[in-house]
Amino acid sequence: MRTINNRYSWERYQKQIPDDHFYYARSCIRQNFFPGSEAAFLKIMQDELGLDVLDDAKHTSCTGIGYHADIVPLETIMTVVARQFSLMTEAGYENLVSSCITSFGIYTEILAMWHHFPELEAKIHEHLRKATGREFVKPKNVIHTSDLVFHFRDRIAAKAKYKLYDVINEKPLNVVEHIGCHYSKIFPTNGIGGAEFPYVLAGMIESWGGQVIDYPERRHCCGFGFRNYLVQANRGSSIANSKLKFESMAPYKPDFIVANCPGCSMFLDKWQYTLAEMEGVTYGPDHQAIPVLTYEEMAGLVLGYDPWDLGLQMHQVDAEPLLQKMGIEYDYTKKYLGKNGKYIGSPKPCNCF
Amino acid sequence: MAKRVIIIGGGVAGMQAAITLKKLGCSPLLIEKSVELGGKLNHWDRLFPSGMKAKELIQNMVDEIASLNIKIMLCSEISEIRHEGERVEVGLTDGNAFEGEALVIATGFELFNASVKEEYGYGIYENVITSADLEAMFSEGTVSTSTGLPPRSVAFLHCVGSRDLQIGQPHCSKVCCITGVKQAIEIRELLPECQIYNFYMDMRMFGSGYEELYKKAQETFRINFIRGRISEASETADRQIRIKAEDTLLGRPLKLTVDLLVLMIGKRAAVCNKTFADNLDIPLNESGFLQAKDDFYNNTATRHDNVFIIGTSLAPKTVGEALNDASMASTRIYDYLTRNERQL
Amino acid sequence: MNKWGFGINEKRSIDLDKNSPDIADRVLRDEPSLRLCIGCGGCTATCSAGNLTRFNFRRVHHLLRRGEYAALSGEIDKCMLCGKCTLVCPRGINTRNVVLSIRKHLSV
Repeated sequence: MRTINNRYSWERYQKQIPDDHFYYARSCIRQNFFPGSEAAFLKIMQDELGLDVLDDAKHTSCTGIGYHADIVPLETIMTVVARQFSLMTEAGYENLVSSCITSFGIYTEILAMWHHFPELEAKIHEHLRKATGREFVKPKNVIHTSDLVFHFRDRIAAKAKYKLYDVINEKPLNVVEHIGCHYSKIFPTNGIGGAEFPYVLAGMIESWGGQVIDYPERRHCCGFGFRNYLVQANRGSSIANSKLKFESMAPYKPDFIVANCPGCSMFLDKWQYTLAEMEGVTYGPDHQAIPVLTYEEMAGLVLGYDPWDLGLQMHQVDAEPLLQKMGIEYDYTKKYLGKNGKYIGSPKPCNCF
Repeated sequence: MAKRVIIIGGGVAGMQAAITLKKLGCSPLLIEKSVELGGKLNHWDRLFPSGMKAKELIQNMVDEIASLNIKIMLCSEISEIRHEGERVEVGLTDGNAFEGEALVIATGFELFNASVKEEYGYGIYENVITSADLEAMFSEGTVSTSTGLPPRSVAFLHCVGSRDLQIGQPHCSKVCCITGVKQAIEIRELLPECQIYNFYMDMRMFGSGYEELYKKAQETFRINFIRGRISEASETADRQIRIKAEDTLLGRPLKLTVDLLVLMIGKRAAVCNKTFADNLDIPLNESGFLQAKDDFYNNTATRHDNVFIIGTSLAPKTVGEALNDASMASTRIYDYLTRNERQL
Repeated sequence: MNKWGFGINEKRSIDLDKNSPDIADRVLRDEPSLRLCIGCGGCTATCSAGNLTRFNFRRVHHLLRRGEYAALSGEIDKCMLCGKCTLVCPRGINTRNVVLSIRKHLSV
């Protein structure tokens, strides 16, 4: 088995990641799919590492989904983004940390457009002033939340209760990492490790005891692409991209997949179910699917957080085989209990056949 | 007393200049930074289009240099050049300096560093190699993958580091098209059953015998030519190389798994060109090659009557073209050095 | 079908005498780097959309340059703007801006 542990190429792509004081911009969809991830991020940053991260209730969706679906025009999304910057400025922050890859791409691309077309930026200042009476200052640093977890990976490792290690078979876990397209394919220098050999998730996996799998379709898009999945008839293209990846990674017998993009994590999780229903195919061992984690869930498990607090019961693919491999103790009876201890419902066998 | 001409660079161009100047009665001093004469060709096996051994060419020239008693200095690197009136002074990094009445710049090119094109994974995947690596294998007499077995399939990718504006290499490296054809044929000669593919954008068969060799590659040697640039390479579980390209003539994406991917790396301008440009006030072109006074009669001349540039210091060139440059510059230097005698 | 039982075949040729360069000119003004294309197909080879649909950026570019806009309009929407083609383009073409510009000028 070959791993990317000895890769040097990522060192060419380093980026400035500040050490403290962040304005947190949430994703508009993650809390539905992976409800524990953003909470885990804040808990790790604020409680474990003692960092100043402002979770501001006033900010909105970046409207990236609408923009990519041709519903929200360019100047509109720019003005929405300008308002987020204005809220950040008002709260006294200069570092924007985005939870979503689409948003991260939107922020970095808009800043690049303003850099090349200053008259456009002036126009947006005017738009924001007219619409809200607000002023904004551009952030000093725009980073993605996975950048931040990467930045502090060794401090997290120092506090680890579990490693990415298979205690049953006594070997490091084989991990497939998947990077959202808009993390570094638009601007390779904005991503740790660039676009061809991104290191942001690989670095976490290596620091926490796992082994990264390099497989042929590693760089391929998961197929999320708003234009594809938003139109039901186009989802065939979307799922085919994920299938291409699963087929390519399966021979390496991955123990789990970790992704840094809301859409990728969701589709790599849910399409496995769909493919099983449509074609009767699974890609993990013993006719099982491959568990999919977000990087915050991965960090949370390493730090010993309760899997159900992390929201793993909301995944399409059961995480239990992975938890057992890692030697994590969990209470199955609590899987479908909410924070308040009440039953939240559980998946029922499909009646469609 | 014979007039001293300093030649910097002991590749084929520099050697040819030394030989010609000596025969014309001048006193050439050949300065080479490495431990031996021959330059890049020391690492090349056979030369296109005839297949002559590079070693044979170099040996003939080295023998001639020895028999002509030409003064050579090996392991000598230039630190600076001073040009004052009719004198040229060349300073070495070891502190020594030499004076001459004319100067020939023959420092050549550098091979493109293929790891810059990250999408091909050179330096990461063992079975992605360069045309220079393959040439070394030919010198050894065997071609094998990282497992030591002969490849069952080989893909060549043309134009790696050439015509590439993303990395500031706008020029065509000129020799890679024909080298790709030559190397594909050599693989076929060693491995009759191997599947061989050349991925190209244009086949520039400009030289005498090149187009004929291309035809032979198609007809006799059964090489597959696919018009499309490989966009990325990745490794499979058994260390084969999976490549993606577009078959542009069919207009469809194409996937292929091969045992060996050969990147036809181009020629880069040498870093030392900058020193010459700065010290002698000679312009560089956008790829960093030194520019001659014009492209015609003065195609090796500079703004200084006694400073000439030859070979791949000027642009990517074939061996034959570099040798022609050397002869051209040598006769021009002879004309210059003997101008007063002829006026009498 | 008419009473003859056959129609008159349409010409298949690209008619440069009739096709107007206007939209192509506007796109090239927005993104002059597009002129540098050498048709290598790297964009199409790496394209996420093109691997599973008929979307072909190299072909889209040539349709644009020849003024074949009707064939273009259904195609250009298939791009998901993932950015991979910009990464691999050896000519440094800002393909992303090309797609955005074609969409803009086709919709007017």
